[in-house]
Amino acid sequence: MIILEDVCKAYSTGAPALNGISLHVQKGDFVFIVGDSGSGKSTLIKLLLRELIPTSGNIVVNGTDVGKLKRRRIPKFRRNIGVVFQDFRLLKDRNVYENVAFAQRVIQVPTREIRKNVPAILSTVGLAGKYKAKPRQLSGGEQQRVALARALINNPPILLADEPTGNLDPKNSWEIMKLLEEINRRGTTVLVVTHNREIVNAMKKRVITMKKGVIVSDEERGGYIDEN
Amino acid sequence: MRISTLFYTLKQGFKNILRNKTFSLASIATIGVCIFLFSLFYAVVANFQHMVSMAQSNIAVVVRFDPDISDSQIQEIGDLIRARVEVSKVTFISEEEAWETFKEDYLGEYADGFEGDNPLEGESNYEVFLNDVSMQKSLVTYLESIDGVRDVVRSEMVANTLSSVNSLIGYVSLGIIFILLAVSIFLISNTVSIGVTVRKEEIGIMKLIGATDFVVRAPFVIEGILIGVIGSLIPVGISYLLYNNVIEYTLSEFSTLSNLLQFLSVQDIFAFLVPINVSLGVGIGFLGSFFTVRKHLKV
Repeated sequence: MIILEDVCKAYSTGAPALNGISLHVQKGDFVFIVGDSGSGKSTLIKLLLRELIPTSGNIVVNGTDVGKLKRRRIPKFRRNIGVVFQDFRLLKDRNVYENVAFAQRVIQVPTREIRKNVPAILSTVGLAGKYKAKPRQLSGGEQQRVALARALINNPPILLADEPTGNLDPKNSWEIMKLLEEINRRGTTVLVVTHNREIVNAMKKRVITMKKGVIVSDEERGGYIDEN
Repeated sequence: MRISTLFYTLKQGFKNILRNKTFSLASIATIGVCIFLFSLFYAVVANFQHMVSMAQSNIAVVVRFDPDISDSQIQEIGDLIRARVEVSKVTFISEEEAWETFKEDYLGEYADGFEGDNPLEGESNYEVFLNDVSMQKSLVTYLESIDGVRDVVRSEMVANTLSSVNSLIGYVSLGIIFILLAVSIFLISNTVSIGVTVRKEEIGIMKLIGATDFVVRAPFVIEGILIGVIGSLIPVGISYLLYNNVIEYTLSEFSTLSNLLQFLSVQDIFAFLVPINVSLGVGIGFLGSFFTVRKHLKV
């Protein structure tokens, strides 16, 4: 589902953000990517989303060679990847319904389909009753659920979550992780970048640890490796 | 594109205007001021040019004939003159008509002393009016070369002055219109740029969800066009009211100059200004939003 072969990424300043990363993620995997700030986790996510192009190496996501992807093909490619961010990135002036529906509008799903799909996904994330609320009227946990609903409404085979619990309290963090686990159970490949030691250690999933742009450990049913 | 997507995009364009009221008002005001200045300038220039061309149309060269010329020869000369492209109108003035006009213009009651006598005998002539006074020189050269023509009376100074004034107005208009457009585009692209920068994050989110450039850009472009249309119609309305009042005021205050001050009608001015202003507004709104959004699409 996701293949990285000897991927390097250097920014214009010359500092290498990723240095020879190789990685295989199978369909239906649940993977944590952990590491300190500056270890290259966010760069990895940006490469997978084709926000960045690798300096060298190959990246294949869902059968698409990301490095060779033409600019006009990027939107279609991204529609197969759900993405959730630490800061939720919701459209602040639109309500919950519109934020989620937007992901369907961009792929031109008929309005009558959207009217069926949005309430269904909102009830999956437990927000069926708040479809009229604006993001500012929601708690952090609720906003992240909206972001999750938006990421999932098009049934993407891959979900990338970049620090999804970074702005949440422990209770909400666990609820979001349970949702991610449930989504994974339904067949979606899930990659979660996180700093949350408790969650990583408790969930016993595959854990890839990065440090200074390289993978220092990749363990099935692993735990958070203490840098100190 | 699906009909529902089209309607959604249109709706978002309208909603964007309301969501970003301050930015929308600033953009409408900027476009409005620029187009108002353009309208004002156009009205002044168009009227000035109209007055100059009215003055030009009253300038004629007078063609006088050799003393022994026959009526048929005069007729032939008239046909030759009428065939020229420079000529708009040719009027034959017989010696009797020339004398009558002279008496009315210069002698009045003193003309009685010339009872039964015509001092302008043999002074019948053609008054030749031109399409464009700048063509006077070439026409006069031709007229002087015709057999049977004694001389051609013209005022080169008036013709040259009017012709120069007309060219000057043309050049100055072009210059000022160019400056106004450049200033408008600069001001509008700045205003649009601020508006789009504020929504840079929103554009980024749309792109990461998988929106195409078209889907991201369309509501901004619709918003730009709507702002352009509103920004162009407001100054049209204001200048329409202003134009009527200014003309009425000028004609009542300077009634002695009414022969010289021949203004274009409000219909003449606005038949040109309305489509041009709306096109300018739409064009500026479209280009301003299209290119400013483009900068933020590379996500």
